Amino acid sequence: MTLLIKLFFAFMQVGLFSVGGGYAAIPLIQEQIVNIHGLMQMEEFSDLITIAEMTPGPISINSSTFVGTRLAGIGGALLCTLGCIIPSFIICLTLAYFYYKYRSFSGVQKVLAALRPAVVALIGSAGISILVLALFNANPDSVDLYAFKPVEFILFFICLFLLRKYKEKMSAVKIIFGSGIVGTMAYLTINLF
Amino acid sequence: MRKNINPKTLWILFKSMFALSSCTFGGGFVIVSLMNKKFVEELKWLDEDEMLDITAITQSSPGPLPVNASVIIGYRMSGIIGSMVAVLGTILPPMMIISVISVFYTQFRENPYISIALQVMRAGVAAVILDVTWDLAKNVWNSRSVFHIFLMAVAFIATCFCGVGAMYIILICLAIGIADAIYDVIVTKGALTNDTSD
Repeated sequence: MTLLIKLFFAFMQVGLFSVGGGYAAIPLIQEQIVNIHGLMQMEEFSDLITIAEMTPGPISINSSTFVGTRLAGIGGALLCTLGCIIPSFIICLTLAYFYYKYRSFSGVQKVLAALRPAVVALIGSAGISILVLALFNANPDSVDLYAFKPVEFILFFICLFLLRKYKEKMSAVKIIFGSGIVGTMAYLTINLF
Repeated sequence: MRKNINPKTLWILFKSMFALSSCTFGGGFVIVSLMNKKFVEELKWLDEDEMLDITAITQSSPGPLPVNASVIIGYRMSGIIGSMVAVLGTILPPMMIISVISVFYTQFRENPYISIALQVMRAGVAAVILDVTWDLAKNVWNSRSVFHIFLMAVAFIATCFCGVGAMYIILICLAIGIADAIYDVIVTKGALTNDTSD
């Protein structure tokens, strides 16, 4: 029982202090789970990060489910995840309330207008990083041109073409799973020869 | 703001979040562009500016970005119940997948087909994000506001080539926006006092 309470508050802190995206949560989870409470060894923790990155979903939700399941079964998973999202829930509901109440004010409009181009730039830059990761399997600062992957390159252009041409019909889910299936088949065919 | 707590809206909300969350590989901005495609382009529930505002808010709040965005979009559509439904849709897929994987995780990690599929899917993810960015950037460009186009270009160079964190970009632009709003107030006040002295 004390373990469950400990886990709940550990992940609540992770949720509360991980400002700025998934990767910010990793050192916090490490601190809580490995360093402070000694609930996991560093080796198991690095496996956890690998899996959290390989599977869909936010890293902190993946980690809380993984840690919870490993240490205390399904109940642990539920409690850890709940702890992780409670701070988000309260803070974002408050912000959403104020945003919808005041967003039509001209001053607030001015401020929001300056934020929007920045957000567009951030989304674009995230797209570029993923593209580099897809084409070279590396981060933008450590690209090895010999590692270029032509299959992913062709796949990317086909997807982009389909998205531009058939705007309404192409949902993101279709494109992503479609590229997964077609790409895997392409690699399997190449490996046959 | 029109809120409707009817089962149909809640079901679409849950279904959309569940589907998007099942295929968000990579950081938080991935899901934001998927949400943009779903809620702005397909369902037309939100307009583009609103989605960008929501992104700025989610980025500056603590916690996982997809959860934050679900809280706000859910609230926008159906109040607090909407938030809960949207968050449930977002966290269920990763919870189910991880619960299964945490049991079979050595087999999962060493399976070659899974690693190929995860690698090639990134090409699709990149295409979706850049497609959304294309439309968003076009709108900023069409606004013909040199100030905002300049902000976008500088923010892009800073994050993409200089590795400046997203949090700092948002904070700096927030400061610029506040300065712009205050400047506006001073100018209009100045104009008013001039009018009365004439």
